[in-house]
Amino acid sequence: MVSVERRAAVKALLAHRGEGEARALVVSGLGSPTWDLHAAGDAAENFYLWGAMGGAAMVALGVAQAQPARRVIALTGDGEQLMALGALATIGAAKPANLSVVVLDNEHYAETGAQPSHTGRGVDMAEVARACGFAETAVARSLAEAEALGARLAEPANGPRLFVVKIGVEAPPRSLPPRDAPYLKTRFREALGFKPS
Amino acid sequence: MTDAPPLDTPAPDAPAPSVEIAAWPAQLYATLKTAGVRHASYVPDAGHAELIRRFEEDPEAAAVMLSTEEEGIALACGAWLGGMRSAVLMQSSGVGNCINMLSLPAQARMPLLMLVTMRGEWGEFNPWQVPMSRAVQPSLEAMGVSVVRVEEAGEVAPTVAQAAAMAFGGDQRIAVLLGQRLLGAKKW
Repeated sequence: MVSVERRAAVKALLAHRGEGEARALVVSGLGSPTWDLHAAGDAAENFYLWGAMGGAAMVALGVAQAQPARRVIALTGDGEQLMALGALATIGAAKPANLSVVVLDNEHYAETGAQPSHTGRGVDMAEVARACGFAETAVARSLAEAEALGARLAEPANGPRLFVVKIGVEAPPRSLPPRDAPYLKTRFREALGFKPS
Repeated sequence: MTDAPPLDTPAPDAPAPSVEIAAWPAQLYATLKTAGVRHASYVPDAGHAELIRRFEEDPEAAAVMLSTEEEGIALACGAWLGGMRSAVLMQSSGVGNCINMLSLPAQARMPLLMLVTMRGEWGEFNPWQVPMSRAVQPSLEAMGVSVVRVEEAGEVAPTVAQAAAMAFGGDQRIAVLLGQRLLGAKKW
């Protein structure tokens, strides 16, 4: 199995994130994807989940519908998205053109002792998304392929996209963002021009 | 987007007579629009049918069909992050699906407006609706959601107006339970 080191993968995926009002908004799923997003560079436009497992893609859909002019990325793992396979049906039916779901797939539950997950036993997340009506799906198995997906994320789409990046099971040192969710919420909204009440 | 919506949405003069019982969903929709709610998500319930239809047909509003109710909690939080007010519509059985996801608005102190049509409490034919029905209020309250109940058609609009004001003006999590007595027992 060819795979990519996860921190290098996330850096490549966000390499064309953009600046200012063109900057992509990113919602990360709990555990390693949140550590990976923080390691790639903290930003007001990051909303890190520390819990609410299964929620990342749907939070990102809400952001995408409220901010149709912005690109929105849900950055999550195979375990988190497996808990919310139905959300892929919901996103497929809602058809947001500005939402991309990126699944960092190590085929394991890395945070809890690296128990195997369904994606290592035959479940193909990209095919699930395709069957749910996503406009574009892809699986990257090398850093070059992850870099190509990073470039794709900067391009307009005709509908929702789901990209799987096959990553290794290694667990790099944790890179912890703030846990204070009201702070994360307020700075994210301020970055979009909404002042605290 | 954080300004409080008006509190003075007029209530009907009197509870609607039974022949006009279908009037309250229209009043409820008008109330939500007045409160700045242009976005709603739902798992269908017969009691929400008219409200869902209005959200789906209104070109100024957006409706999101969910596969399970906790998706709506996450969606509403995301919409708020993006500056939009959303309501989550579900039947009482769906509240049970939301429990862990309610950690998100509780921990982030985000507004949340849930409209819950009740089954299993008034002339209910199907006993399988009863256990979750009985657990709705205690489980919502255990997750930090305030609960208000409506049993009369004329109280729907003013109750939802104040709930929306508290949710979006005061960062509260609020569920409005629409009693089965209001909706009528399901006909079998």
